[in-house]
Amino acid sequence: MAFSLGLSFFKTDLLTGKKFIGFEHYADLLTSDPLFVRSVVNTFLFTLGVVPVATILSLLVAMLLNRGVWFQGVWRTVYYIPSLVSGVAVAILWIWLFAPVEPTKGLVNQGLSIFGIDPGPGWIYSEDWALIAIMIMSLWSVGQTMLIYLAGLQSVPTTFYEAASIDGAGPLRRFWHVTIPMLTPTIFFNVVINFIGSFQIFTFALIATEGGPNNATLTMVLYLYRKSFEQFHFGYASAVGWILFGIIMFFTVFMFRSSSVWVYYEGELRR
Amino acid sequence: MRAISAGPPTRTALGRARKSQTYVISRVFIGKIALLIAVATVGLVFLVPLFWMVSTSVKPSDQVWLIPPAWIPRKFVWENFSEPWNNLPFPRFYLNTIIISVLSVVGMVVSSSMVAYAFARLRFRGRGIMFLLLLSTLMLPNHITLIPQYVLFNWMGWVNTTYPLWVPTFFAGAFNTFLLRQYMMSIPNEMDEAARMDGAGYFAIYARIIMPLSKPVLGVVAINTFTFHWNDFFGPLIYLTEQNNFTIALGLRILQGDYFQEFPVQHIMSMTLISILPVMVLFFIAQRYFIQGIVISGVKG
Repeated sequence: MAFSLGLSFFKTDLLTGKKFIGFEHYADLLTSDPLFVRSVVNTFLFTLGVVPVATILSLLVAMLLNRGVWFQGVWRTVYYIPSLVSGVAVAILWIWLFAPVEPTKGLVNQGLSIFGIDPGPGWIYSEDWALIAIMIMSLWSVGQTMLIYLAGLQSVPTTFYEAASIDGAGPLRRFWHVTIPMLTPTIFFNVVINFIGSFQIFTFALIATEGGPNNATLTMVLYLYRKSFEQFHFGYASAVGWILFGIIMFFTVFMFRSSSVWVYYEGELRR
Repeated sequence: MRAISAGPPTRTALGRARKSQTYVISRVFIGKIALLIAVATVGLVFLVPLFWMVSTSVKPSDQVWLIPPAWIPRKFVWENFSEPWNNLPFPRFYLNTIIISVLSVVGMVVSSSMVAYAFARLRFRGRGIMFLLLLSTLMLPNHITLIPQYVLFNWMGWVNTTYPLWVPTFFAGAFNTFLLRQYMMSIPNEMDEAARMDGAGYFAIYARIIMPLSKPVLGVVAINTFTFHWNDFFGPLIYLTEQNNFTIALGLRILQGDYFQEFPVQHIMSMTLISILPVMVLFFIAQRYFIQGIVISGVKG
C-alpha cells in the first residue's frame, strides 16, 4: 500500500529505475490528460445509470417473489442464475445478442422490433449506446442483489403489516411506511456494494467494447490497466488507482454519514 | 315464489356466504395467476439470453442468424463442441483453471480456518491488534494493491506462472477468516474442554471438534472461493502471458478475438457454455451454500 502510494510519485517502468517527481502525475492526470477525464466521466455515468436501476429493479422483483408466488424457489433460481456466469462469458454472450455483424439481426433488436422500435440502436458500435449496452450487461446479473432484498423482506415481521392494516393503511401506505423503513439497512448495504462494484467496472469494457467506440466506454480501471500492463507506466497508473480509491472512499463515507438520517436500525437507540 | 323466498332463512344466508367465499377465492386465484404471469415474464427476459446461448451452440451454421430465431435447431450439430475444443488448447485451459480453482479452495479452507481458530480460541499477545490489522486489510481496495503485488511477483519471477493466482490463498483471506472466526466463537467452549479432558491437544481440537462443527460456513467459504477463481479474469489477464498457462476465461477471450469473426458464433457459444457449466452444476448441487453465503454477507453486513 505504502509502496503504491510512493510509486505514484515516481516516473518508472520498473525496468530502468525510477525518478522522483512528486505530485506531477496527479497534476498531469487532472490538467493535461483528456483521456483520464473521459474515463472518470464514463465511470460516473455508468454508476449513475446502473446503481439506481439495479436497486429499483431488484427490489421490485424481490417484492413480487415475496407475495407468495407459486414455485417461488424456481423463480429465485431463474433470477439468480445469470449472476453465476463469469464476467467474460457475460460480455461475450451479449456481444452476440447485440449482434456485431448486422445489428438488426441481433436478438435484442429483434425483440425491440416487436415493440415497433425498428431499426434498433447500434449498441456496442454506437458511440451513444455503447455505455448503455454495458449497463445492460451489468443489470442482467442483479440476481445477487435481488436475493439479498428477498431475505431482507422475509425478515420484516408480519405483525407490522397487520398492525398497519388495522390502522387502515392500504397496500401503498404499507409499502411506504412499513416495508421501506424496515428495509433501509438492506437498501443501504446493497447501494454501497453496488456503487463500489460499478466504479470498478472493467471486464465488460475490455472485452465487449475495448473502451471504444471512440473511448465512449473507457472506464477508470480500464485506463489503469492500459497504463500499467500495456504501457508499463506503473507510477502513473498508481496515481490513477489512488484517485479512483479517493473517489470511492469519498462517496462511501458520504453514504455512511448520510445513513443516520435515512437508515433505520431496529436495535438502535433513538436520541 | 313466495314459498321459496319464505323458506328457512338459514339456507339463503348460507348460500350467500358460500357465494361470497367462492368470489373471494376466485379473486385471490386471479391475483395469484397475474402474479405468476408477471414473475414468469420478467424471468423469461432473464433466461432468454442463456437459452439462446444453449440453442446457438448446437445450431448448424445456416440457422444461426435466422429471423425470427430458430429456437430449436433443425439438427443438433455436436461438432460445434468438439471442433473448437480441439482446435484451441481448450483441454489445457480447462485443466489449468481446475488446478488453480481446486488449489485455491484447499488453500483458503485450510489456512483461513487455522487462522480463524487461533483468533477464536487461542490466547496470545497482540491478538486484538493482529485481528484489527486483519480487518483493516479488508478495506484495502483491489486496484491499489494490484500494482505492488504485480511488482512483488515480478521480482520473485512468478509472472507467467499460475503461482500468483493460487499461492496467496494459502495465506488466508481476511473476509473468510473473519466469517469463520465469528462462527467458531459461537461453538460452546465446553466442547473443547471435554476434548481436552480426553487428552486432545490444540490441533486435535481444531481437527476433530471445531472443523466438523464449522462445516456449514466452511462450505460457504469453499464455494465462494471456487466460484471466484473459476470466474476470475483480471488475475489471469495480468499474470499469464503464455498460452500454455491460460485459464478458460483467457481462452474465451482468444476465441472471441477481434470484432472480425475468426471463429463462427456457434463455436464461441459452445465454449462459453462449457466454461460456465462447472459453476452451474456446483450451484445445483450445493444451492443451500450459495444462498447461505449471500445471506450471511448481505443481511448481516
